[in-house]
Amino acid sequence: MSDSVETAAVTAVPAPVPPGPSGTVVRSTVMRRLLRNPMGIASLVILGSIALLAVFAPVLAPFEENFANITKTLAPADSVNILGTDSAGRDTWSRLLFGAQLTLLSALLCAGVAIAIGLPAGLIAGYYAGKFEAVSNWVVSILMSLPGLIVLLTIRAAFGPSVWISMIAFGVLISPSYFRLTRTAVQSVRNELYVDAARVSGLSDWSIIARHIFSVVRAPIIIQTAAIAGVAIAIQSGLEFLGLGDPTKATWGVMLSEGFKNVYLTPVLLLWPALAMALTIGGLVLLGNAIRDALEDGEKIKHRKKRGTTSAMGAGPTAAPATARPSRKSVAAVDAGTEHHLVKVTNLGVGYPQADGSIKKVVDDVSFHVDRGEILGIVGESGSGKSQTAFSILGLLPDNARIVGGAIQFDGNYTVAPGDERVNQARLSKLRGKRISYIPQEPMSNLDPAFTIGYQLVTPMVRVLGISKEEARRRALKLLTDVGIASPERTFSAYPHEVSGGMAQRVLIAGAISCEPDLVIADEPTTALDVTVQADVLDLLRELQQRLNIGIILVTHNFGVVADLCDRVAVMQNGRLVEEGSVRDILRNPKERYTRTLLASMLEGKTPMSMLVSSQKEPVA
Amino acid sequence: MSTTERAPLLTVNNLVVEYPSKKFRAKPFRALTDINISIGQGETLGLVGESGSGKTTLGRAVLGLAPVTGGKITFEGKDISHATRKQRRTLSRDLQVVFQDPYTSLNPALEIGDILAEPLGVQGMEQNAAKKRVKELLDQVGLPADAIHRLPREFSGGQRQRVAIARALALSPKLIVCDEPVSALDLSTQARVLDLFLQIQRDTGVSYLFVSHDLDVVRHISHRVAVMYHGEIVEQGPAEIVTRDPEHPYTQRLLLASPVPDPDRQEQRRADRHRLLESQRHQIEQAGALA
Repeated sequence: MSDSVETAAVTAVPAPVPPGPSGTVVRSTVMRRLLRNPMGIASLVILGSIALLAVFAPVLAPFEENFANITKTLAPADSVNILGTDSAGRDTWSRLLFGAQLTLLSALLCAGVAIAIGLPAGLIAGYYAGKFEAVSNWVVSILMSLPGLIVLLTIRAAFGPSVWISMIAFGVLISPSYFRLTRTAVQSVRNELYVDAARVSGLSDWSIIARHIFSVVRAPIIIQTAAIAGVAIAIQSGLEFLGLGDPTKATWGVMLSEGFKNVYLTPVLLLWPALAMALTIGGLVLLGNAIRDALEDGEKIKHRKKRGTTSAMGAGPTAAPATARPSRKSVAAVDAGTEHHLVKVTNLGVGYPQADGSIKKVVDDVSFHVDRGEILGIVGESGSGKSQTAFSILGLLPDNARIVGGAIQFDGNYTVAPGDERVNQARLSKLRGKRISYIPQEPMSNLDPAFTIGYQLVTPMVRVLGISKEEARRRALKLLTDVGIASPERTFSAYPHEVSGGMAQRVLIAGAISCEPDLVIADEPTTALDVTVQADVLDLLRELQQRLNIGIILVTHNFGVVADLCDRVAVMQNGRLVEEGSVRDILRNPKERYTRTLLASMLEGKTPMSMLVSSQKEPVA
Repeated sequence: MSTTERAPLLTVNNLVVEYPSKKFRAKPFRALTDINISIGQGETLGLVGESGSGKTTLGRAVLGLAPVTGGKITFEGKDISHATRKQRRTLSRDLQVVFQDPYTSLNPALEIGDILAEPLGVQGMEQNAAKKRVKELLDQVGLPADAIHRLPREFSGGQRQRVAIARALALSPKLIVCDEPVSALDLSTQARVLDLFLQIQRDTGVSYLFVSHDLDVVRHISHRVAVMYHGEIVEQGPAEIVTRDPEHPYTQRLLLASPVPDPDRQEQRRADRHRLLESQRHQIEQAGALA
């Protein structure tokens, strides 16, 4: 029944074109998302209209910026001066418009100067590193340690009250923020393989930077610019408010200063420039946030929205055996005759709520059991749901996952009762670590680098078994010896980075068996290891399993590992259980086509240089 | 396998690669010691070893991505040990690469068409011709033509690796360095990509330097195999011999460590492996006693 859909997806046959947008549309999604965000639209409208007013200031303004009507000072709003006049009889509305022009331009100049210095320097320092980076880091540190306002005051004193000069100076002072941003972004992609590939193609450094590296810094630069422009306006206006601006030019800062002087006579003069500044700076900040949101994945929003619909869905089509329900007393008793199984998974379904309200099933109608002293292998390719199945037994599914059907029982008790939508954490947390333990795939990322290996072994034992630290230490050393570590004392006091990957995996295995579990779930326990180390770890697992008579669920993609360890095998594909049986049956006489395809992909025993799967088809070329 | 008659395409003589140490005045880290290999036209040399054995570094040294401290790399009779970027640009027509990770080897921001056209553009091919070539390439690696305007993230791992292979093929190179090109792929995808490599070699006569940690993969695709261990080549020879009846103790361990997909034969292999480890330990002890 399981026609290999996955097979088609990866072959020459064009995969069913994802319903998603084609390349050209993809790029515009940021803009579209920005426009769909109310915050984005609002900020764009505000900034757009202020910019328009500034551009058309000469047309819109009824008076020259410095035209003074001395007979009409501090006048209230009327039909000629719609926002009134200031102490020199100048039209507030006109000055506000010309002020917008100057203020926005100077903010742009400041950001422009900062980008012109920070961006190229950051690109070069990030890409080449070496001496240039060292020197520019020094310069940046000096610039950043300078007290900005004092420098600006000094410059004003030396060069006179020009908006432009002070903004250029401020641009220089603030350029380190661009430098650091760019350098960090570049460093993160400098060693990406696609940059290496471009080098192999003979692309010059400049082309590599322009094509492959600049695209990474583009978005952060835009966001940063929105913020910097806001800061520039604030700083500039601050200087002018202190009376250090150019009195012959109309800017918002100068107007603010003017308004402040007349705050007792005409307080409304203070309002207009302050409002203009608040709108502009607020708009810039909001725009920066909106762009950041647009660039980030929209997943979180969807997820939050979905909460409500999910609960309705989950209770729906539960394939749980109807027999389980009548026999439910207080918590729920398992089906009679199945209590002796260590773990029994019945028609399990796991799903993730999607944006459109549906639930994407990643595990569907999966049933199997494991007894004491038995090793069950779950085999499948990526996306087959094998790890999700293992995690639902452990109760470690992500928060947004739902059990959409079926049940899981451990040692005669439900951890997921029929009809449950989530794993019962109260019941599982008593079992996890104590009776069910876990060996992960990546040994290194599962040890905390901040603590010694000994500490990480002892703490769980003290907590779970309730033994003293001394006792736990003795047991930990014994365990380390048991898992074949030659010098347990040294490993005990070592930090994770001081041991090799194979050694770390042994430590994790020691940790997994430290609390004498009944069931160990091993998720690709040897995939990250070298072949020779893998063989040792497999030996260790087999030896421990026989000695302690534990049940093991071994999740793997490697049939060799299965053949080495497992008693029974379950093959999974696309979230479904394709076939289950004893290891000899499955490996020698697979019944399902998918299992046969998988086994045919094994290289062992194949004629070298022969086609593995495409022989039956016409050649690809 | 009678490729040795002609002058080899690539020869590496006494290659040494050292990375300067981060610590002041410390001895540099020696990644490769005295490497000698050669690859003939249309031949595949498999390079097998564990993590940290230096196999990837050797591939990168050939590509000019690792510093050559000593020795010589000759490609088509020319010394390329210290080729400049300009020389590399000419060289890239004949020498290409496929990396391990199909997720990071393609720029996520570029469309497939642009990725494939990049090496063509570097060689000064005009746009229309490049476009035509890109279509040919997609066809050659079995990707749909509409892939041109799609982004890498819309493809599965196997399909991305096909794109990476297409990029390597763009200029019809003579040698492709394949750095663990199937290690990140699922079993059935791996089989298909290996088929593609073999098919391309049959069609174009390209040579491969095929780096992998998996002895089965290397056996399947290589004419000759070199085994690396701690930055040195410990054994080198015809694939059939090195991967079935190896001489060096390390290769023997490697061979018996990879499990076979049958419980009974695996049990046999496990026993063989334990016997081998026992005898090797014995030999070491004896050698120790003698010394």
